[in-house]
Amino acid sequence: MSNPSPLQPMTYSTRGADPATAPGFLAPLDALPGGLPGAGLPWLDDLRSAGRERFAAVGLPTIRNESWRYTNLRDLGKVGFEPAGASAAAIDLLPTVRAAGESGPRLVFVDGRFRADLSATAGLPAGVELLGLADAFASHGELLAAHLGRLAAADDRPLVALNSAYLADGPLLRVPAGVQVDQPVELVFVSVGTEGAATARHPRSLLIVEAGARAVVVEHHVGQGAGTTLANHVTEVFVGEGATLHHYKAQREGAAAVHLAHIAATVATGGCYDNYILTTGGRLSRNEVVSRLDGTEARTHVSGGYLVRGNQHVDTTTVIVHAQPNGTSREVYKGVIGDSARAVFQGKITVCPGAQKTDGYQLNRALLLSDTAEIDSKPELEIHADDVKCSHGCTAGELDDDALFYLRARGIDRDTAQGLLIGAFLAESLEEIAEESIRDAFQRIVSGWLEEQK
Amino acid sequence: MIEIKNLHATVDGKEILKGVDLTIRPGEVHAIMGPNGAGKSTLSYVLAGRDGYEVTEGSVSFYGKDLLAMEPEERAAEGVFLAFQYPVEIPGVGNTTFLKTAINAIRKHRGEKELDAMQFLKLIREKTKALGMSDEMLKRAVNVGFSGGEKKRNETLQMAVLEPRFAVLDETDSGLDIDALKIVAEGVNALRSPERSMLVITHYQRLLDYIVPDHVHVLAAGRIVKSGGKELALELEKNGYRDFGVNEAA
Repeated sequence: MSNPSPLQPMTYSTRGADPATAPGFLAPLDALPGGLPGAGLPWLDDLRSAGRERFAAVGLPTIRNESWRYTNLRDLGKVGFEPAGASAAAIDLLPTVRAAGESGPRLVFVDGRFRADLSATAGLPAGVELLGLADAFASHGELLAAHLGRLAAADDRPLVALNSAYLADGPLLRVPAGVQVDQPVELVFVSVGTEGAATARHPRSLLIVEAGARAVVVEHHVGQGAGTTLANHVTEVFVGEGATLHHYKAQREGAAAVHLAHIAATVATGGCYDNYILTTGGRLSRNEVVSRLDGTEARTHVSGGYLVRGNQHVDTTTVIVHAQPNGTSREVYKGVIGDSARAVFQGKITVCPGAQKTDGYQLNRALLLSDTAEIDSKPELEIHADDVKCSHGCTAGELDDDALFYLRARGIDRDTAQGLLIGAFLAESLEEIAEESIRDAFQRIVSGWLEEQK
Repeated sequence: MIEIKNLHATVDGKEILKGVDLTIRPGEVHAIMGPNGAGKSTLSYVLAGRDGYEVTEGSVSFYGKDLLAMEPEERAAEGVFLAFQYPVEIPGVGNTTFLKTAINAIRKHRGEKELDAMQFLKLIREKTKALGMSDEMLKRAVNVGFSGGEKKRNETLQMAVLEPRFAVLDETDSGLDIDALKIVAEGVNALRSPERSMLVITHYQRLLDYIVPDHVHVLAAGRIVKSGGKELALELEKNGYRDFGVNEAA
């Protein structure tokens, strides 16, 4: 089976490095300006060196790895990415879901490093901790040692290993038991490209919502500047008993960006982890979401939408594990694929032995706007219990000609009519966003994309 | 004025219209009757500009402009309106959004200022009230979950809002019981005016009891084979289309 590398049509700038002799991902680590924060902490040194050793041993995932069958990183390995260090770059525009003039808790990470000058943590309820990991290594060592690396195992995930090797900074949010954080907490990640260079950043996020607590987190991923950027994110999410975390993410990185993200969540009894990812950016992007229902009556929503065109490649790989009885999972993904763009959807639901009364639902629908647009879709149910309800649906189609003509026959030009229909198609996915302000903000991102499409 | 001259059209390479000639003056209501397969719906789609209907010969002049050279949206903006036999359901697109986008597209084409949300609401309230419709239909997605009668009333509302110069009503009576038919016909009649002409396409005479035409034409095998006044419809009701080489109960 032919499997074209998604990176092929793009010319990477590697500062003259010969791909065959490019230093690879790990070599420049020691030369990292200023070194890595927290060096000398035994647990952190261990985590980093384990990641480093693991990655050195296995390298980037290849298409021989079942989970990477449709996304080929071969060309990525030829690029001599240099680690991006701390950056004091001026940031053009910080995205937000808040109305103009409104403020709220926000952490900003530029090239993976916390920028206090752009961040704000005022107004959070007492006991809520929101800070950068680099600062937390010293102050919250025990908490971090107990959580980092626990969910995102590096063994079978080379990119997690790579992230651990470079673990330097990223957001830490801890909401103590019973505390409700009403305001959305915004996490902004900016990749700043350097003309003629390829740079990599490896942010690590840790979100802990303890028993009975509730929080809403919105991530923005954007880029600025020229050059190729790689953002290799790992996020670990702990949802306690009866706790709820709404976790939204909008990825709008630049046209030369590579965005790879692994999100691993565990949900305790009666808890709810609600994840929604909207992707419009990046030359190559992949979101892996692994949500484990480790307690009974736990719920998870893993949904999203993506809009890609040109020669973008977007990969959505989800794994939902029902480890305990009476769990509910719901997954609604919708994607719009134009030009020669390519999408991958792999959705796996595993129902472990004993996880009776599981209710799992998965829907993946793609809208292809051109003959050269492509989707590879692989739903997978793995059920080891006998009293469960699991369904999945998967469709790929084109715009409805009848509907298009109907709109045009009322005076609406073709582009606008297409925009209305694409917007309508995605609306079903956006409705999965429970928080209205965020739904509206994400709707505006979709509208902006449609405007550019004209 | 609409002048259709020697119009030939094919669908999938098959000739359906074989030389249609028809002139409709402002304010006139013409009816086209004919048996199944005569080309009635093809004529309406050709006039509205649907893809897949290829005009191989002839012309359509619309107030002096070449209608056939225009995209469907341009025709609509020039004042052509097709009331669909089967209005399309469009999940996810609100009826209000749809109407607002349509009227503003047309106003823009006419060089008029686009309506803001308030002006649009005022207009739509007037129109729904005049047609005796409830606002409730506006809150739903376009035609989704509408009954047959509601769909046709929604077509009438669109016509009222867009104010075309020329409306083609394609089998407006199909799928309607007599009560629904009366309501829709009342709506259409309310829109009759000296500036607006209409082409009512129907298989059955029944509709013409309620939307009374000035002229009636019989379309058979892709041509207009007979024209007359409204009494021609009654004649067809009585004798069917037998006289036109078609063996079918009317």
